[in-house]
Amino acid sequence: MSEALLHPSVPSAALMAVLGYAVVFFGILLLLVVVIVMGKIMVSSQKKAAAAAAAAAPAPEAAPADKPVAKGTAGELMLHDVDPKDAAMVMAIVAHKLNKPLNELRFRSIKEVKDK
Amino acid sequence: MNILETLGRLASESGFAGFLAAGGWKNLIMIAIACGLLYLGIVKKFEPLLLVGIAFGCLLTNLPGSGLYHLDMWDAYVAGTPYITAAGEVIEHLTFTTVMHEGGLLDVFYIGVKAGVYPSIIFMGVGAMTDFGPLLANPKSLLLGAAAQLGVFVAFFGAILLGFSGPQAASIGIIGGADGPTAIFLTTKLAPELLGPIAIAAYSYMALIPLIQPPIMKFMTTPAMRVVKMEQTREVSKTEKIIFPIVVSAFVILLLPSTAPLIGCLMLGNLFRECGVTDRLSDTVQNALMNIVTIMLATSVGATMVAERFLSADTIKIVILGLVAFAISTTGGLIGGRIMYRVSGGKINPLIGSAGVSAVPMAARVAQDVGRKYNKTNFLLMHAMGPNVAGVIGSAIAAGYLLSVFG
Repeated sequence: MSEALLHPSVPSAALMAVLGYAVVFFGILLLLVVVIVMGKIMVSSQKKAAAAAAAAAPAPEAAPADKPVAKGTAGELMLHDVDPKDAAMVMAIVAHKLNKPLNELRFRSIKEVKDK
Repeated sequence: MNILETLGRLASESGFAGFLAAGGWKNLIMIAIACGLLYLGIVKKFEPLLLVGIAFGCLLTNLPGSGLYHLDMWDAYVAGTPYITAAGEVIEHLTFTTVMHEGGLLDVFYIGVKAGVYPSIIFMGVGAMTDFGPLLANPKSLLLGAAAQLGVFVAFFGAILLGFSGPQAASIGIIGGADGPTAIFLTTKLAPELLGPIAIAAYSYMALIPLIQPPIMKFMTTPAMRVVKMEQTREVSKTEKIIFPIVVSAFVILLLPSTAPLIGCLMLGNLFRECGVTDRLSDTVQNALMNIVTIMLATSVGATMVAERFLSADTIKIVILGLVAFAISTTGGLIGGRIMYRVSGGKINPLIGSAGVSAVPMAARVAQDVGRKYNKTNFLLMHAMGPNVAGVIGSAIAAGYLLSVFG
């Protein structure tokens, strides 16, 4: 190792320090660019994939005619062999147990599980 | 057989007699220091996983006659000069093989430090434990990891002013990176004679981060800045997390090849974690391997705290410079945070800048605690993890720069 590196003068040590800090920033800045570009590519490819999946997916099927839809079935909530009153009770119990208002919960399907 | 003569010889050859020999009192002081460090590790819980091992290594190496670690052997190894064994045999060129033949147990352990194996494996464990998601969600936080390396270079300059050589100053400066394995890695390469005090300073100050940082954070920010609530960051996909370690390894190592052992291992550990098919390896690296290496690293680093080397004015200077480095690194990160606060129109809480010093996840936790103190509804932890892990990369780059200049 040269004497200049082994025992650097004060000005050259200051220069080394400034240069070192600049190198760290330079390296991190380049890395930042790489990470941002990578992120943008990923986000756009995810969006494309999501759009392609949405386009390829068949239109949502109507409720099968042969499935029994109980009276009171509304919107997306499907009731299978469940009386609307029982369904309302189930929903109220779930809301109570979760300590959440009923209008913040989303029920998609209620089906009676029968003993075999 | 003369019993008295035998007993006399046993007494004169015992370690107790070593305390009465020239300079033996220094060993007693070092044993007291080892006990003090054990107290800090066990009772005060200052980085106990490392400090207990370091303190015990210090205790063992300073017991006269233990022969577990040979300072003169490693000095000869570094200088490339002949080494004379206890049996009087002259070894012209010491190698790791001859160290294994002639050295004590802690000499053998120390080979892993000298070869840079232990710090790299610990980095692998750190990588396996680190979630780079917050950094990927908010890549700008990388800049805070760079800003917080300020203390490294200020302490380097300060060490030169205090009369240390260039390589020694570089090793002292890296304490400001707040990254123990990086400090050990660089010091072993550049100034192995200072390994003991530098390791002690680095780990002690890392443990003291909750005490060192908050006053600086308060001083460097206004109340209005401290209460800023940051928005939820975007969700990062699994694919991004898998690609990240591969890209960073290739990019940073190409930029600064001397960072290869640290960055390579850090990112390999992270890839084990994220790729989803190497859970067993990730678990091993995070737990079993890291624990084994920590034992060997800590005891062998402690063994370098030999009285004749440790008890010097240089140690006091290193302890002071280490504190300065930590404080200035925190300040650098906070300055970066303030700049980002201005540029973002007040959307970034500058407190997260303090997490730009590595010390994962302690520094991020401190940012969270200080933020919550001023705004009870503020959760800065995930936002602070970005600069925190960026600090690991930043300190590795700083070490790489210093190694390429002085190595």
